[in-house]
Amino acid sequence: MRFGVVRFPGSCDEVDALLAARRVGEAEILWHQDADLKGVDAVIVPGGFSYGDYLRVGAIAKFAPVMGEVERFARHGGLVLGICNGFQVLCGAGLLPGALLPNTSLRFVCRQVELQVTNAGIPWTRACERGERLSIPAKHTTGRYYAPDPVLDEMEANDQVVLRYVPGDNFNGSARDIAGVCNKAGNVLGLMPHPEHAVDLLTGSVDGLKLIGAMV
Amino acid sequence: MRARVLIRPKAGILDPQGQAVERALPALGFGGVSHVHVGRLVELDVDDPARLPEMCERLLANPLIEDYEIQDFEGAAA
Repeated sequence: MRFGVVRFPGSCDEVDALLAARRVGEAEILWHQDADLKGVDAVIVPGGFSYGDYLRVGAIAKFAPVMGEVERFARHGGLVLGICNGFQVLCGAGLLPGALLPNTSLRFVCRQVELQVTNAGIPWTRACERGERLSIPAKHTTGRYYAPDPVLDEMEANDQVVLRYVPGDNFNGSARDIAGVCNKAGNVLGLMPHPEHAVDLLTGSVDGLKLIGAMV
Repeated sequence: MRARVLIRPKAGILDPQGQAVERALPALGFGGVSHVHVGRLVELDVDDPARLPEMCERLLANPLIEDYEIQDFEGAAA
C-alpha cells in the first residue's frame, strides 16, 4: 500500500504522517504545486496551517494544483484521509460536509482525547469495532465541527458520523460531539484529532495505526 | 470599482469572539452593549463587479457559516 502525503506551504504534520504511514506501508510527499498523485493508493491531507490559514482555515488550499487531483481521485472512490487542517481543507473543498469553527473557548488546546468509533464500516475504520474507543491526541484552535441541523440529521441517517468525542472530551464545542466524518461513499474521512501522533507507545498510544493502517 | 465585502458569522451560529468582546466592554465601563458579532472586512478594486458574488461564494466567505454583504466603496478609499 502506497500513501501520498500532501505538503502545502504551512503544513507542519506531514512528516509525522509520512512516518506513520511508513509503519504500515510505503509513503511519499505530494507537493502542492504538482497536479500529480504519483499513482498512490491513498492520500493523506495533513495538519498544519496551509497557506498560513489566511482568510479562513483551509480556504486557500483548495485551489492548489494538487487538490484538483485529490478531488478527482476522491470522486472516483480513492481513499483520502484529512487530519486537522486537512479536515478543514476537505470541508472547504466540498469533499466533506460541514465546516470547522473556532473552539468555543477561543483557545488552542492540546490534549489526549477519547474517541468512540460510531461507524466501523468504512475502509479507514474497518480495523475497529463499532463502539470501540480510541485514544488519540488533538491540538487545534479551530476544531468546532458545525453543520446545519438538517445536514447533521441527514449525515447521521447515512452513517457519516464516524468518530465522536466521548462524554467530557468534546473540548471544542463540536455539534453532536462529532470528531470525524466521512463522505456518503465512505472513502473520504476527515477528523480533527491526530492519528499520526498516536503510532508509538513512547507517546502514549498506538491507536492511530488502527485508522492509518486499516487497509494494510 | 472599489468594493468592500463585509463578512459576518451567520445568525444563530455560536460566535465566541462576539461573546468575548461583549463581556469585555462592560468590564471597561461600557454598558448597554449587546448582540456583538465579530467578522471580517475585505476591500478590493475590481474591474467587473458583477463577479463579486461569485468571488464571495467561492473564496471570500464560506456560505455555510458566513453571510456576506457587498458595498460599493467607489472613490472613498486609498
